[in-house]
Amino acid sequence: MNNVFAVTGIVIKEMYRRKDFYVLLILTVLITGVMGSVTFFNDEKISRYLKEICLLLIWISSLVIAITTVARQMPSEKENRTIFPLLAKPITRGQVLFGKFLGCWLACGIALLCFYVFFGAITVSREHQFHFLSYFQAATLHWFMLAILIGMALLGSLIFAAPSSNATICFVAATAILLVGRHLNQVALTLRGGQQTFVYGVYYAIPHLEIFDVRDLIIHNWPGIAWPYYATAALYALIYGGLFVTAACLIFRRKALN
Amino acid sequence: MNAVLRIDNLRVEYRSKEVGQRTKVAVNGLTLSVSCGEVFGFLGPNGAGKTTTMNVLLGFVNATSGSARIFGVDVRETIARQRLGYLPELTYYYKFLTAEELLRFYAKLFRIPRAERESRIDAVLKLVELEAASKRPIKTYSKGMQQRVGLAQALINNPDLLILDEPTSGLDPIGRMKVREIIQRLKSEGRTVFFSSHELGEVETVCDRVAILNQGELKVEGSVDDLVHQHQCNLEQLFLKVIGYRAV
Repeated sequence: MNNVFAVTGIVIKEMYRRKDFYVLLILTVLITGVMGSVTFFNDEKISRYLKEICLLLIWISSLVIAITTVARQMPSEKENRTIFPLLAKPITRGQVLFGKFLGCWLACGIALLCFYVFFGAITVSREHQFHFLSYFQAATLHWFMLAILIGMALLGSLIFAAPSSNATICFVAATAILLVGRHLNQVALTLRGGQQTFVYGVYYAIPHLEIFDVRDLIIHNWPGIAWPYYATAALYALIYGGLFVTAACLIFRRKALN
Repeated sequence: MNAVLRIDNLRVEYRSKEVGQRTKVAVNGLTLSVSCGEVFGFLGPNGAGKTTTMNVLLGFVNATSGSARIFGVDVRETIARQRLGYLPELTYYYKFLTAEELLRFYAKLFRIPRAERESRIDAVLKLVELEAASKRPIKTYSKGMQQRVGLAQALINNPDLLILDEPTSGLDPIGRMKVREIIQRLKSEGRTVFFSSHELGEVETVCDRVAILNQGELKVEGSVDDLVHQHQCNLEQLFLKVIGYRAV
């Protein structure tokens, strides 16, 4: 694991030395801050809408940070040819990939922590109450969802040559899953024969990112979800993330680098 | 003497991008061995298969057939690279890191103990004369300085075998002299150096043995003195003869 952690450290260092991360962070903080501090007619519902918009913004920012960070990892290693001195060391290709995955996931975790802490501080200053459990579960499940997305983008970075095409495909896929993933089985019910089998196949094959979207816990100040469900969702994310990383390792293992 | 590096009947084929040609042979039936403590020059014109052979030795490319072993270990095994240092032809390092951070990262990959790591970093930075710039990001370095970072990372694990791909390419005369001095110093310490170069005068000065490759096949191999004596010409003339160069 030493080698994996060494690569992880480099990925995190790269992220906080790049300017784009800070731009997105400051932008999100500014918008969240402004939206969180305005009050319209002292209406509680409006406050909820604002919370919803702020959380949506955090979700979009996290998707952008995660996908753009991962999508450039392997292509930039090949393009800048830093992969050669790296693989000339006693490190396996699997360790490089796993280190990249872990680095991106932890770096995204740090970014999420910044977002949620800031959002939490703004909300507490307005509502004078803080439901730690709701925030904890919403933030950590969000982070687990990013594990799936990072695995998916890492696999894509070995298949698609250009980071931009990989990032676009991953962003479209993630948005599509988040928006229509949960409705696919209902769509399948309206179909017959091969079409139904195909839609059911897609429904069961895709990683259901929408199950990690528990923003409503924060928006409506609902009590936290039961721990067994939380643990199952976390396990689901780790299994899917692991599957994507394993597939990436299998592709990268025999790939000629020249 | 023990063979540090051994290549047996190596063949490497690529998928060809040319129409009507499915594969292209980059290296064909290459057999050679490098003994402990030798400085071995790997020569050939561009496209002869030198870098492909080095890519096989470093595990970047898989051989189509044949085998390559370093310290008796198959090059596909990660452990084969534990006692190896590699300097690529051009400098490719993480530009957002400082030289010290880069060396610390590579030292971790070699599992050099923490106490030894820092002294080793200081020693290689001193050797390549980069102590003053060690805390600056690599992106601020000149080309010569980046090449010296490359040399420092290749030496971080105190390697028994050093693979250098055209180590002096793009360097000024002082830089070349410095690289030559380092190779000679490694030789005097009993380390094995395997390097490719187009600087034949330099090869003649520092190498014990050379091999000349042309169109993926080994044409000549032997000690520099023997080859020069046997062919009654210098290394450059021999090289041109072997690759079939005809002056216009």
